[in-house]
Amino acid sequence: MTEHTVQTTTGEQSVPETRAEEQTLRPPVDIFEMTDGLVVVADLPGVPKDQIDINVHEGVLTIHGKVKQETVGTPLRNEFELRNFYRQFRLTDEVDSENIRAEMKYGVLTVTLPKAEKAKPKRIEVKTSS
Amino acid sequence: MAPNQGWDPFRELDHLRREVERMFQDYGVNLPGGAARRPAFLPGQAARGMYPLLNISDDENNIYVEALAPGVDPQTFDVAVQDNSLRISGEKQALSEDINPDAYHRQERSAGRFTRTLDLPVKVNTENMEAQYREGVLHLTLPKAESAKPRQIQVKVS
Repeated sequence: MTEHTVQTTTGEQSVPETRAEEQTLRPPVDIFEMTDGLVVVADLPGVPKDQIDINVHEGVLTIHGKVKQETVGTPLRNEFELRNFYRQFRLTDEVDSENIRAEMKYGVLTVTLPKAEKAKPKRIEVKTSS
Repeated sequence: MAPNQGWDPFRELDHLRREVERMFQDYGVNLPGGAARRPAFLPGQAARGMYPLLNISDDENNIYVEALAPGVDPQTFDVAVQDNSLRISGEKQALSEDINPDAYHRQERSAGRFTRTLDLPVKVNTENMEAQYREGVLHLTLPKAESAKPRQIQVKVS
């Protein structure tokens, strides 16, 4: 299974137009392949567990995380700005969407995308006719 | 020559200087949007000394520090204040070493140990400091020392 990032210009088609002006951050990811699927690991600091939206639609994996900003006091120094996270990947193999698992720990999201049964390589038994 | 006629090399130079300054400012961190454009979460070579990125604020009683550090095992955090200097260190966990390097399609995150020190603007009371790690962001509350708090002076009329 391979994947490639959906270009931002065409990739945001699944975001409703009312949110088109929203500026989002593109989270850094690690993506690796396991025997039965793909694992996507993304840094999403500041996003509570219930504010993550993950879906696979027509072969495109979308990760959308809403950041909870909690500023106290008067700012003295600002080196980072938390914004909502958004990124899409096109998946080449069909995913078993019933069994996608996602886990959030210390601001790091891990999504496991098992291959659909029909996308798995099938072993063909070689029969000998003797 | 009147200032608006013809070519003035000094004006051109001045213009160029301003352009360059603006370019560097845009890259800076204090402008709105400036911080968001930086690759913010990567410890390692590029960010040496600047990881984790910090936001600092204060009110009458406390200094608040937020450190952007996703994926850190809380056990590895070491936060200390000494002589007005704050030190934050920890280790961002790497993914399991069992993963075959060939299995990676993308490796944009990085991992490893980091340390950052920072001079605090005022003296803090080291007794009652608090640290909380939530959703990959470390929140520190450092109470200001009594001597650093603003004091009201009663003006007496004689």
